[in-house]
Amino acid sequence: MIRVARIVAVKDLRIEVRSRVLLWQVLPFGVIALLLSGLALGPTQAGNSSAGPGLFYLVTLFVTLLMINRSQAIENAPGTRASVATLGLDPAGVFLGKAFALTVELWITGLVLLAGSVLVLHTALIGTVEALPSILVTLTTLALAGTLYGALTQGGDGPATLLPVLTLPAFAPLLIAGERSYSAALHGGALWEWWVIVVVALVAYTAVGILLYGVLEES
Amino acid sequence: MVVRLVNAVVMSRGFPLLSGVDLEIERGSLNVVVGANGAGKTSLLRLLGGLDSLTSGAGHVAGVDLVEGDLRLLRRRVGWLGHEGSFYADLSVRENLTFAARALLRPVDDVVPALERVGLGHRVDTITKQLSAGQRRRLGLAWLLVRRPEIWLLDEPYASLDDAGRAFFDDLLRDVLQGGATVVVSAHDPLRSKELRPRTVRMAGGRVDNS
Repeated sequence: MIRVARIVAVKDLRIEVRSRVLLWQVLPFGVIALLLSGLALGPTQAGNSSAGPGLFYLVTLFVTLLMINRSQAIENAPGTRASVATLGLDPAGVFLGKAFALTVELWITGLVLLAGSVLVLHTALIGTVEALPSILVTLTTLALAGTLYGALTQGGDGPATLLPVLTLPAFAPLLIAGERSYSAALHGGALWEWWVIVVVALVAYTAVGILLYGVLEES
Repeated sequence: MVVRLVNAVVMSRGFPLLSGVDLEIERGSLNVVVGANGAGKTSLLRLLGGLDSLTSGAGHVAGVDLVEGDLRLLRRRVGWLGHEGSFYADLSVRENLTFAARALLRPVDDVVPALERVGLGHRVDTITKQLSAGQRRRLGLAWLLVRRPEIWLLDEPYASLDDAGRAFFDDLLRDVLQGGATVVVSAHDPLRSKELRPRTVRMAGGRVDNS
């Protein structure tokens, strides 16, 4: 399982480096979305750092959806799916490999968006650094859940539009918990209870993915 | 027999792709499935590769029961060359084959010789999407050479190949058959090469046409 996960993760990351979709399409979209959010709030509200965590996770949601679709589209190119299926790869390994690659991509995107949040929305730098561990864990959980839901939607019609419909209810608790822990790091307040939600979700999505990814692929 | 199908039916969203196929294929033989568009050639190959499931009927392929067996095990025993291409467009030729070799625990050292065998030795580090259609087809064959499957399922392999490519392909098939593998090829027309002595299976309307 670990061997297959490593092979798949290296392949996905190499494709990302080669195609530069993250660099030239996803990151600019995320930064522009963050900038527009700041403009929509106006100069007074945008300068209010309390809006920062919520806007960061809202933009992260959009970017995550784009990247999940991209991650699954790699496998669904004409002919690729059938040929790779005949390799008989361990589905648990494929799940972990794709989730790992998506995690790396989300971490890079998240760091860029956090920098944008500090610069554009004037979110406190020290509080943002303190919130970094919880943000990275939340992004990892989003990657695990996204990989699972990405595989689920690829078998249906219109996967690009089906994905947000199915994932939003699953992502909502993660986004709320992530935003609350980020806000707690900025303004003080209970941090650990929100961490628990994210960590429990991380363990649950990892277990479900390892057990069910093969079934989703077959469907 | 490496393949035995009895009244095999495959449905997709209520539409019959195969509607009662009876077929036996000997190990180490070359079989050419011919028929018009929509006759069921690709569907038959997908069934043999474990890529589609039986809706009803029975069958064994490479020792795997198509009804109760592990189709993932069957897939590891077959090689598939579709007419669209078979690889990741943003990886180089070498990276694609290395991925397949590592996935199947085959020696990575086999990659370059396989590429040279199919005439792509000078394209080792080319990004796959920059290859021509014919070169992508050759890469698909190299992918199978690295994999060394028991059964080669080739969906219209002659498409996009020029005369030299066709001659090369016949030559490659000869080597594969001498190595003991079974080959099933789909094509619109019977194989030109009489030397390979292929068995022709005619399909029409999702069935083997014995008339």
